[in-house]
Amino acid sequence: MEEKKHTSSHYEKELQEIKNGLIYLGALTEKAIQAAMKSLSERNADIARKVIKDDNEIDRLDTDLEERCIKILALRQPTAIDLRFITTAIKITGHLERIGDMAVNIAEKAILLIEEPQLKPYIDLPRMTDLVAEMIKNSLDSFIRNDLRMAEKVRQTEQVVDDLNEQIFRELLTFMMEDSKSIHRALLIMQVSKNLERIADHAKGIADMVTYMVTGECVRHQTCPLDEKEPA
Amino acid sequence: MDSNTIIQLSHVNFYYGQSRALTDISMSFRKNKVTALIGPSGCGKSTLLRLLNRMNDLIDGTSVEGEILFEDKNIYAPDIDPVEIRRKIGMVFQKPNPFPKTIYNNIAYGPKLTSINTGDLDTLVEQSLKQAVLWDEVKDLLNKSAMNLSGGQQQRLCIARALAMKPDILLMDEPTSALDPISTAKIEELIEELKKNYTIIIVTHNMQQAARISDETAFFYMGNLVEYNKTEEIFTKPDMKHTEDYITGRFG
Repeated sequence: MEEKKHTSSHYEKELQEIKNGLIYLGALTEKAIQAAMKSLSERNADIARKVIKDDNEIDRLDTDLEERCIKILALRQPTAIDLRFITTAIKITGHLERIGDMAVNIAEKAILLIEEPQLKPYIDLPRMTDLVAEMIKNSLDSFIRNDLRMAEKVRQTEQVVDDLNEQIFRELLTFMMEDSKSIHRALLIMQVSKNLERIADHAKGIADMVTYMVTGECVRHQTCPLDEKEPA
Repeated sequence: MDSNTIIQLSHVNFYYGQSRALTDISMSFRKNKVTALIGPSGCGKSTLLRLLNRMNDLIDGTSVEGEILFEDKNIYAPDIDPVEIRRKIGMVFQKPNPFPKTIYNNIAYGPKLTSINTGDLDTLVEQSLKQAVLWDEVKDLLNKSAMNLSGGQQQRLCIARALAMKPDILLMDEPTSALDPISTAKIEELIEELKKNYTIIIVTHNMQQAARISDETAFFYMGNLVEYNKTEEIFTKPDMKHTEDYITGRFG
């Protein structure tokens, strides 16, 4: 159902600006993750350094959006769907800012990895990167469109990313056992993988908040059906 | 009627002449709770409030259908004395309306007139003013005119005057709309205190006030009760889209 507009056009505009700001911030973080991974796979430290530098803009936008949300809370005293929208927006901007930090972590690890010979071809990491970038995009789309099905899709993809992270961990473990000289590089790659897995957690966090915003139900700490493994 | 209910409306319709102002209202008000009635102008909330102590009887050409139970009796039954109903169900209005008398006589007037057994009048005046959190401000001015008090003090005096009649229920029709923020805060604080001993039903246009002070909120629109629920639910997750549009300002 199309949402009616507020009687106050200024208020309507303020809420729309927050939406637009979150979409822009989401796009920046998505770009940062892709660039960090590109720097690693193309062994280009300049791209990684740019990711680190550009994080300032993500931090600035996060602060700006949070301030706007607090201003609306103080001055407009939102209720019902507006209150849930603003609390969700505050949480989302926090998630996106942390995703930006994780892209920086990946970029930092990439700079270190570029200095050494490549341990193995990167196959699963770019796949994970595409998945988490898509999760961020979908979680924000679900926020803009109040789309619960898309939020659910994000939650399910998180499990796939978790599985990939575990697979990479096991694979790197064999590298380390075979050759102790690979330990440093393997550990760095593990950290890259772990950061991607954490990014997926944040995207899921956004999806959970969207569910709260639309339904009023808190699903953050509910177990995902896919998490429940069959007993051995 | 269960023991937590103090007033129960069943299928109440109300008419100003031919024009229907309330349509098939069924709802219960809970004892010792603050219930807020909200809705746009003309939605019937003040009409409903005035129905509860038969104030609408004073308007020519009005008629009521349905049943309003208070103490297990229909307050519109022919053998019910409306004056007695108004004693048990007191009312405070939008604008403070003290009598042009002394502060003392504003409180003592009702009890003296109705000759209800209230015991010592001085004690009753002091008690009522204390309950309305006005005693400390006026205890040395009891013989001065009530008209010299500030707007906020006058409104608390009106509340004290209503309390002196020992009511069970206090109806409040936008009691703070003519007051400044400090006086409003004092009245709101007072309402919190009073609900320990009284049931309060309040009409307010101030959404935040309804959210702050009431336990339950009823949303009316064009004479219909659209939604009635715990205030927390109404202001965070209302069931009806119509309620949400109203409280979030998507209206008109």
